[in-house]
Amino acid sequence: MSARRIFAQPARYAAIAPYVWMVLFFLVPFGFVLKISLSQTAIAQPPYVPLFDFTEGWAAIKAAFAQLTLDNFSLLVSDNLYISSYLRSLVVAVTSTLILLLIGYPIAYGMARLPQRWQAIAMMLVIIPFWTSFLIRIYAWINILQHDGLLNKVLLALHLVSTPVVWLSTDSAMYIGIVYSYLPFMILPLYATLARMDPSLLEAASDLGASPLRAFWLVTFPLSLPGVGAGALLCFIPIVGEFVIPDLLAGSSSMMIGQTLWLEFFTNKDWPVAAAAAVALLVLLVPPLLLYDRLQRRQLGGAN
Amino acid sequence: MARKANAISPFNITALALGMAFLYLPIVILVIYSFNDSRLVTVWGGWSLRWYREFFNDRAMLDAAWMSLRVAAVSATIATLLGTLAAVGLVRGERFRGRSLFSGMLYAPLVMPEVISGLSLLLLFVALNAERGFWTVTIAHTTLTMCFVTVVVQSRLASLDRSLEEAAMDLGCDPVQAFLRVTLPLIVPAIAAGWMLAFTLSLDDVVIASFTTGPGSATLPIRIYSEVRLGVKPEINAICTMVIALIAVTIVLASLASKLSSSEAKSAAPL
Repeated sequence: MSARRIFAQPARYAAIAPYVWMVLFFLVPFGFVLKISLSQTAIAQPPYVPLFDFTEGWAAIKAAFAQLTLDNFSLLVSDNLYISSYLRSLVVAVTSTLILLLIGYPIAYGMARLPQRWQAIAMMLVIIPFWTSFLIRIYAWINILQHDGLLNKVLLALHLVSTPVVWLSTDSAMYIGIVYSYLPFMILPLYATLARMDPSLLEAASDLGASPLRAFWLVTFPLSLPGVGAGALLCFIPIVGEFVIPDLLAGSSSMMIGQTLWLEFFTNKDWPVAAAAAVALLVLLVPPLLLYDRLQRRQLGGAN
Repeated sequence: MARKANAISPFNITALALGMAFLYLPIVILVIYSFNDSRLVTVWGGWSLRWYREFFNDRAMLDAAWMSLRVAAVSATIATLLGTLAAVGLVRGERFRGRSLFSGMLYAPLVMPEVISGLSLLLLFVALNAERGFWTVTIAHTTLTMCFVTVVVQSRLASLDRSLEEAAMDLGCDPVQAFLRVTLPLIVPAIAAGWMLAFTLSLDDVVIASFTTGPGSATLPIRIYSEVRLGVKPEINAICTMVIALIAVTIVLASLASKLSSSEAKSAAPL
């Protein structure tokens, strides 16, 4: 038996503890979400009627199954509030991802063109805000966007506007916040693919008479598509379920699904409906999650 | 001609400069205004440490900060232990049953909306009749951050030359000894960086903590969040600046650790 094979055995044992942890605290909780999304709201604490009571034996379990209800889900489909918050989540996520791509691509492209030594520094500069608190970065924008905040002062001083613009509690404020928070997630995968690209390809294109713009469209952009895909998914998936940014920066007229879930849970104390909203959100995210997983595997496979 | 195709253009420079300004200006402005003496956040009233004093007299805020630091330290430590074990299993364990489920469970939380993770863990804790507070938040943060630790340690481990372990075993080490004496010292910087990432992520989280904490044990982000909803307050600027300073120190340590890691890797495996 080779040393490599002998080493693999204890390495597998090492995985047992984290495996058990993830099953217990990641997989099993989803079972509870599913279960409670199918149960009925109760006034008591906790606010749902328990579905299973194993002490009462098989008959009780059968009776419990008969009690399973899709009421919460039919509420989601029939109530305009839920449908509109789903649609809004999708619209916001798609729009933000497109804006992020438009802003992130030139930055990542510029980074990949820097001299080797500067690239590492630029990458560090992009990563640092990701380490800084998310909440603090949103708060920083509230400072800037408020009625007599810096942005309005600058706009007034430049005579671009005659009266202060209302920024807070608008969609533009929310988009600024989302783009600001997720920009590193878009730049890094883009930069990773752009930096790996063989520069001689562009030289070849230029030798064959392509203008820089044409060379970009025919060579650089198609080759960077895996990075575009990874960056887009890395932003799109969490933005769909975003709560803090729309809650602090957008108006209260329309909500995203994460806000609706929060409202049902904390304000209305309707746990089953909140759980049903979580299940529906998860269903919505399964296709992009699978796609992301495939991209991830392909890239890891390519690296080995 | 050919060189020109790869040269950096004014357009590239502009994009980079604007991008960096966009990323850093809001934070710089926040830090500057935390030293503002005026009660009005938007009027400059001269330099002062007034709002820092205010914070150190604010009992509720201090309690929340202490709670956050404890949760972050404990959860980052457990997460680093579990995440490193997971990375070893994934990289060195070759194929085993349930491997794809395992890696799926470790990747999903990286992008999973926090409202879902928070809600699902809360429902588990309620079903288990667990008292909500320090430990429930710590478990929740451990679950999230160990996935980040796994990714960091995994990439370091995957780039490590396996022949070092094999050589150690040829020289008579058993696998555990080979790991402890050869592999572990080489991945310690990545483990340290993973711990610091876990620490800062835990210090930052508001959504999962809101779901999993109990009455009377709010974390710092929960307190900040409820203050921010009411509007901008100079004291919050000061608190945020201190959190940024703490994180900056952590980043410097992490980058020193990774620098150490790359120079050690070079001396261990000269090419």
